Amino acid sequence: MAKQIYWEDVDVNYELPPLPKIATTRMLVKWAGASGDFNPLHYDAAFAAAVGVGNPIVHGALKRQWLVQLMTDWMGEQGTLKKFACSYRAMDWPRKMATPMTPEEGETWQCKGKVAKKYVEDGQHCVDCEIWIENGKGEVTTPGTATVVLPSKG
Amino acid sequence: MLPEEITKFIGKSIGVVACEVEKGSIKRFADAVEETNPLYWDEKYAAKSRYGSIIAPPGFFGWPVKLPPCATFQRPTDIADPPEATDEMRTALAKAGYANVLDGGIEYEFFQPVRAGDMLTAKSSIKDIREREGKMGKMAFLIIETIYYNKKNEQVAIARATAIYL
Repeated sequence: MAKQIYWEDVDVNYELPPLPKIATTRMLVKWAGASGDFNPLHYDAAFAAAVGVGNPIVHGALKRQWLVQLMTDWMGEQGTLKKFACSYRAMDWPRKMATPMTPEEGETWQCKGKVAKKYVEDGQHCVDCEIWIENGKGEVTTPGTATVVLPSKG
Repeated sequence: MLPEEITKFIGKSIGVVACEVEKGSIKRFADAVEETNPLYWDEKYAAKSRYGSIIAPPGFFGWPVKLPPCATFQRPTDIADPPEATDEMRTALAKAGYANVLDGGIEYEFFQPVRAGDMLTAKSSIKDIREREGKMGKMAFLIIETIYYNKKNEQVAIARATAIYL
């Protein structure tokens, strides 16, 4: 795990280390089982085509969880996630599987963040971040915001 | 204009469910995301952390857009306020031409960590329903608010999910 980050270590415009993710049809199946979202939009090609999205799309909530990981990885064990929000503005399609364990070649998504504000409120050292997911073309599909409380060096 | 058959659900409770947060569910959830944080499955590691035990990732509440809430709560241990309101509302939406639902996004406030073994109660209500015009035509936007409580009746988190009906 990365070294613990402190409130004093960051300033406005600080860029969080990006978190790469690859959505695959396999990951979507695991997510459906783990989250209980069995909407066929995410696993049934004929259904997805009939709805008009072409092929099964990545669950919005899975993308949300990638962004949550971006924040929890960055804030470290002493950090606390206080607020989180994101919107599923554009659709993403998973890579298909080439072998049971490996996906086909395709896009890699990048979860990114930037510090927008740092302040102390009710004794908590807070950092507001803008967060987002870029698809393989660099387009933002999932914008959001998050607030973490970081430990302070005093 | 949305018919009264739909707007009458604004402010209504649409379900209360309770479920135990299970270690296995947490592990499966973290694994699906390809999380690497040992707090979510390594008991020894978690015991030495400030949490004292395995915790669930923030957002481990199932799919609140789904009515009733908490799909990780697939076998809820207790349901009060049986979610007939959900079916009635969905029927009214389908009748008005809104048969499909898309997850639009979510907002969370987190107050307490969620530990394996906790008993969570989720109370959901419809905060708002409004019609909007977009690229795909008319849509109905629903905001579903779910408040999560632990067994000490402390608020653990609040989720406000946007469900887009089209």
